[in-house]
Amino acid sequence: MTTISTLALGDARVGFRGRITALDMTRAPAAGLPAPELERRLLELGFVEGAAVELLHQGLFGGDPIAVRVAATTIALRRREAMAVVVSQQDLQP
Amino acid sequence: MNVAVDLAPVVALVGNPNCGKTALFNALTGSRQKVANYPGVTVEKKTGRVVTPAGRSLDIVDLPGTYSLRARSPDEEITRDAVLGKLVTERAPDLIVCVADASNLRLALRLALELKQVGRPVLMSLNMMDIAKKRGIDIDLDVLSRELGIPVVASIAVRRGGIDRLMQALDERLSRLPPAGTADWRAPDASALRNAQHEADRVLRAAIRNAGQLDPGTAKADKLVLHPVGGLIILLAILFVMFQAVFAWAQPVMNLISDGFTWLGVQAAALPLPEIIRSFLKDGLISGVGSVIVFLPQIVILFLFILLLEDLGYMARAAFLMDRIMGGAGLHGRAFIPLLSSFACAIPGIMATRVIDDRRDRLTTILVAPLMTCSARIPVYTLIISAFVPDTKVWGFIGLQGLVMFGLYAAGITGALTVSFVAKRFFWRTTAGEPFMLELPDYKIPQLRSLAIGVTTRALAFLKRAGTTILSMMILIWVLASFPQPPEGATEPAIDYSLAAKIGRAIEPVTTPLGFNWQINVALIPGMAAREVAVGALGTIYAVDAGEGAEEKIGKVLAGQWSLATALALLAWYVFAPQCASTLAVIRRETGSWRWMAVTFFYMLALAYAAAFATFQIARAAGAG
Repeated sequence: MTTISTLALGDARVGFRGRITALDMTRAPAAGLPAPELERRLLELGFVEGAAVELLHQGLFGGDPIAVRVAATTIALRRREAMAVVVSQQDLQP
Repeated sequence: MNVAVDLAPVVALVGNPNCGKTALFNALTGSRQKVANYPGVTVEKKTGRVVTPAGRSLDIVDLPGTYSLRARSPDEEITRDAVLGKLVTERAPDLIVCVADASNLRLALRLALELKQVGRPVLMSLNMMDIAKKRGIDIDLDVLSRELGIPVVASIAVRRGGIDRLMQALDERLSRLPPAGTADWRAPDASALRNAQHEADRVLRAAIRNAGQLDPGTAKADKLVLHPVGGLIILLAILFVMFQAVFAWAQPVMNLISDGFTWLGVQAAALPLPEIIRSFLKDGLISGVGSVIVFLPQIVILFLFILLLEDLGYMARAAFLMDRIMGGAGLHGRAFIPLLSSFACAIPGIMATRVIDDRRDRLTTILVAPLMTCSARIPVYTLIISAFVPDTKVWGFIGLQGLVMFGLYAAGITGALTVSFVAKRFFWRTTAGEPFMLELPDYKIPQLRSLAIGVTTRALAFLKRAGTTILSMMILIWVLASFPQPPEGATEPAIDYSLAAKIGRAIEPVTTPLGFNWQINVALIPGMAAREVAVGALGTIYAVDAGEGAEEKIGKVLAGQWSLATALALLAWYVFAPQCASTLAVIRRETGSWRWMAVTFFYMLALAYAAAFATFQIARAAGAG
């Protein structure tokens, strides 16, 4: 059974697994960087369309920051920047 | 001959943070430097000369770790400019070695593709093949080399294995160097980066099976270590154990060192020399230097903890756990590492702020780093605590002395957070700062050799300080305290007639509200050069004053001379006072301006005065005067 729905990685919960469908800077207006720079930094850390992601951990206060497995690397970032990463959920598929 | 040596080809090591680049550099050059897991810890350029099996001399350059040549911090700018041959003082590399962690290849492959565009020969060195193999990551080196279009060599840097193979590959590649082309590289835009990562992913799929596995050990450990509540408890527990250890474990060795210097002093006092020279040897030299060197065990233990946590890969986790808390105080999560290093010494801490990209974030961190309780404060804290705080247990198991020590550390931390909060709110007036984006590397078992090198380097640096700055200060203090000599038939203690007493008395009006007597003032003056000197200075002053031998514990003398309120006020002063000339010099260098040095000095001085004033007045009102 697979249900496909997209959401921002910044809104995902711990345990979320999915794939990156797009990087959309307009979804992260609170980010600490101008849009082009934020996009390049995300790309440099491996956030690219098609990559598998899993939300592994989150901090105590406001569930921030988050630790995300991106393909073969674990990256820590804040939710306000992770809002720019659009992900599709893949439920019940091992 | 010289010409041939000078023209040795330059080989630049470039790679992601945590890829084992520094370990490879150590294995290649035998150089003494540390290997760490925190991204960006390699802040200085390191070079080493190597002779290959074919007899070729090479200059190996270890460059700061980066994910891209698109530099964002001063560190990464060095890497970019060195790779592109833009550094005026350096020769352009003849060969670039892209160092990659075999167990974490994805981002390294994109960097390799970017390096290929620089227009210089590139070779990839795959580190940590043993770890990759153990985790079932299956890499086809031939396919990887073919798809990337560059030679790939496997190596295990931390075990010095595979170095021969890398040397041979360097020889082979350098024997057929193309004529140096001009660097043709422009910062990639988002679409170029995206395409490059897609290409890297394609290479990864072609050459590697089973690449995406999370290290099971790391996954299991992080369930605990990064747990929202449990993780913070573990972090606090680690810090608490660290400080208790610094106090308790070091004690037997410290007693040994102290006894040794006492014995030396007695021997010196028995020498057939004029009285004034015997006094210099015993009260000035031996007891002065001895009272500082006795703290070596504590400094070794502290650095052992910090290096261990760094090499283990825990530091990035600590930054993750602390990000929100530090963010509340206007500090960047990355500031955690520089600030934690500042517990050892503010100088490496301030230098480590180079990993913070944003200038304002960096300045704030530099401003508050000296408030972290550095190891030079430990001698002063220890002396006063052991003299004035009873050695009893609270709740049956926590030592009261350790608890007071912990409180002093907490005061420094609170002060730092408050200052940065105020700076951020009222001076910078910014809200959204630099984003916190950080790789959490897999845990690695620290290498004994790298730990040993790291701790030894620090211990030697401390001893060198004790032998130079501190020794000359001690001699100055002894001179000030011994001359002019008392007149014939003097009734007061000898030091009352000395220069030291004159200086100390001159500034007494300013320090009386703090409860400081002139003896403390005398000790504080050389303490401006190096904090720990104050201990030896107090020893000299009071040993001379009391006319007793140096074997008399300074602490016992102090306990009889000072009120508790004075002792507490001096502790409060030491939490905040800008008493370290080297730190101020480093701030001047790192910020490139006298202004920030002056700002740091005066705000700390003001805080110290206010804190000591409040402590003394409150303690006296409470009956401790």
